[in-house]
Amino acid sequence: MNLELFLPELSLVITAIAVILLDLFIQQKGLLTVVSIAGLIIAAGFTIAMWGTTPQAIFNKMLAVDNYALFFKLLFLGISALVILASVDYVSKFARFHGEYHALVLLATLGMMLMAATIDLISIFVALELATISFYVLVGFLKDKKSTEASLKFVLLGGIASAVLLYGMALTFGFTGKTQLLEIAQVIQATSAESLVVSPGLILGLVLLVAGFGFKIAAVPFQMWVPDVYEGAPTPITAYLSVGSKVAGFAIILRVFYSAFGLPDPLSLDWGMIFAVLSAIGMTLGNILAIQQTNIKRMLAYSSIAHAGYIMIGLATVGLSPAADTLGQSSLLFYVVAFALTDLAAFIAVIAISNKLNSDLIKDYAGMGKQAPLLALALTLGLISLIGLPPTAGFIAKFYIFSGAASNGLLWLVIIAVINSVISAYYYLRVAKVMWLGEPIGEEKVPSSLALRLALAISCFGILILGIAPAFLIKLAETAASMFTL
Amino acid sequence: MQFEELRAWIPQINANYHLGVDGLSLPLVILTTLLGFLAVLISWKMNLRVREYFAWLLLLETSILGVFCSLDLVLFFIFWEIEVIPMYFLISIWGTGRKEYSAIKYVLYTLFGSALMLAGILSLYFATGSLSMVELAQTDLAPLTSALPLAAIFFLLLTGFAVKLAVFPLHTWLPDAYTDAPTAASVVLAGALAKMGGYAMIRISLSIFPQVAQDYAPLLLTLATINVVYGAAVTLKQTDLKRLIAYSSISHMGFVLLGIFALNEVSLVGATLQMFSHGIITGLLFAVTGIVLHNTGERNIVKLGGLARQVPAIAVIFTIAGLGAMGVPTTSGFIAEVMVFLGAFSSTTVTGVHIYTIICLLGILLAAAYVLWLLQRVFFGSVLEKFNKVMDADNLEKVYCAIFIAAIFLIGVYPMILTDVIKTGISPIVALFGG
Repeated sequence: MNLELFLPELSLVITAIAVILLDLFIQQKGLLTVVSIAGLIIAAGFTIAMWGTTPQAIFNKMLAVDNYALFFKLLFLGISALVILASVDYVSKFARFHGEYHALVLLATLGMMLMAATIDLISIFVALELATISFYVLVGFLKDKKSTEASLKFVLLGGIASAVLLYGMALTFGFTGKTQLLEIAQVIQATSAESLVVSPGLILGLVLLVAGFGFKIAAVPFQMWVPDVYEGAPTPITAYLSVGSKVAGFAIILRVFYSAFGLPDPLSLDWGMIFAVLSAIGMTLGNILAIQQTNIKRMLAYSSIAHAGYIMIGLATVGLSPAADTLGQSSLLFYVVAFALTDLAAFIAVIAISNKLNSDLIKDYAGMGKQAPLLALALTLGLISLIGLPPTAGFIAKFYIFSGAASNGLLWLVIIAVINSVISAYYYLRVAKVMWLGEPIGEEKVPSSLALRLALAISCFGILILGIAPAFLIKLAETAASMFTL
Repeated sequence: MQFEELRAWIPQINANYHLGVDGLSLPLVILTTLLGFLAVLISWKMNLRVREYFAWLLLLETSILGVFCSLDLVLFFIFWEIEVIPMYFLISIWGTGRKEYSAIKYVLYTLFGSALMLAGILSLYFATGSLSMVELAQTDLAPLTSALPLAAIFFLLLTGFAVKLAVFPLHTWLPDAYTDAPTAASVVLAGALAKMGGYAMIRISLSIFPQVAQDYAPLLLTLATINVVYGAAVTLKQTDLKRLIAYSSISHMGFVLLGIFALNEVSLVGATLQMFSHGIITGLLFAVTGIVLHNTGERNIVKLGGLARQVPAIAVIFTIAGLGAMGVPTTSGFIAEVMVFLGAFSSTTVTGVHIYTIICLLGILLAAAYVLWLLQRVFFGSVLEKFNKVMDADNLEKVYCAIFIAAIFLIGVYPMILTDVIKTGISPIVALFGG
């Protein structure tokens, strides 16, 4: 048993416990942020040290330590650090429970890191629930009417999604007799391709898995919870949900479908096509519904549904491309990083602005360009990257993921996607218009803490760097596209 | 290609930072830099959010130059897209009239075009594995197998270019954007930005897909004819000074399209020269309209009249620009149009090109009609009392107008200064058609 391969997760657990205990004794709550960030940096250090080592499985082949998992772990640690930095202004709103807040954020991170690494149906479910339950609590953290309602909705619908997922897992287990992904793959490959695609048990299992995971990534038609939960949750948690939870969902979907159901080709063509169709519906619906939103958090919620659609293009590409072609995987990995940075930049700016305004309505953003030019500039940059215009990360990400799809016979999907980008420009630019063209209501500046400004600066620089010099991350993503095999 | 710069940029998709100029792009680079310089002079009296204004103007300038210099399709596309954002803000903040509507209309049209363009670039890339315009121009695409027929890729790309050049029926953004943009932005938009479309058609559509371009030339020539005649006819009806110039641009862009798809050396040189010439002539028209608008506060032609008495300098400048737009000899407009028509008429690469050319000649007649009628209504006729106090052009305005006028006459009198350069860029492209 190689416990040192589990060090990133262990250090995170220790940090989470330490934060709760510290909260009991200290008055200076700012220290909790420092400790949490330190814990994340230590975990990141352990993760980086493992990069490039031979992939191996630990805990009875429950978890894999491969570049794919490490890539996502680093991403989650980074996202979590930015969310904690951005929360500094927000947590000062509640009198108590600072320790719990930070600990829950760290535990959600832990759950997501495990999600990226699991290679067994049972550990997948455990990791998923660890992340999801932490999120249930975090969403309801404000304890006001909206926040509680959002949390309750999230719990109920999340519970149903978990049940559906579990049912899908049970059917898959029933069909193959295995829970380990790679062993499932062996059983499936030993069966003849013709009997596979007509086997109702396996196909139903696959569909239920898609539905269960679809809830996590906010894929249409499992997106019902998104707008209400995003609107009601504390804004840093909305950002965290929109970025972290979604990316973790994609990490696990890609691994499950590629490792267990990647071969034979008729099967992968089947689920590839399911994702292609879900992708087309998701981005179209998300973008069209986003147009009429007046609340910026709801608008970003629908935009994140649309982006889930764009990312699913990568999944469809993986399904439709030959197994040796990893363009689908690497473009998906690049896209989730770009999306994470972009969406975080937008949300962090929203946190700062709504702290001042006590409102999330787009019309109240009028004149922000004069009142808080830097925040408005950062939000505009985030919106431009969400549209996918150069020179931002969003553009390269779209270009890369579209190119994978176009080379695998999905040009129709690419055309739907690019037309969707045009639709999205309309509502993203509307926010920019209100900020730069509207008349400001007040004269006073919008205050923001140093931590928040740091988080915002990091994400904005990230957007620009990935937009101008993306080669290094593409290279990392290509390395990370190789997964653990038996 | 000269002044080439080539650096690996995203090696994984074979995209390079590849810049260079040749005889085709050099005149347009000069045009853009000249207009950029003049746009700053034109904006001298700008007093609203000055810092932001010039920042956007310079970013716009960068992106247009980037388009004309890029030799890599991804880089080209990036510059093509960057231009949208500064233009959006320039129109929606500093514009007039229905500025926000016009700005978003402009953005959505451009993005729609470039979305299809992106699909085209991707299909081209996966068929050939190359993004270099130079390499692609030397590759014979016919034997390649790709997901889409070559003609489909050609039209995906062409749609993007056609939106920029305002080819019928993708032209409806143009009158709104030109009319509501601030003066300097109108100058850059009409003068340099719209030329991106014509440039890209020659650089990409013609060089990379010579066979397809030849097959579909009649269709595009039909559109060119519609642009010329329909544009000019609508121009006649306009009563708003800026809108009138905007519609006349649609007509003039028809000449460019005619010259390009006549696929003949003389006509292509003429088309490039027409892009340059239209850039300075329309630039001057918008600049001087800006002065009229600024000094009289009025741009409705019906309410203007007899201004020649009160503002003689403006009247002279406007008349010269108008004569250029009509294509009167010794102005650059004349040389450019003559070359387009002569080239198109003698073209052997496209059958039936004569008919299109003859119909397009009608555009010249209509141009004379709308320009002269405009001059008569605005500057001549009975003098109106209310404009007695109107200021004439000041020294700064006279200086930048003089630079425009000098350029118009220089090319009108001695066109070889540009045509010799353009020819070196056009010849290798014409060789593809055996013309």
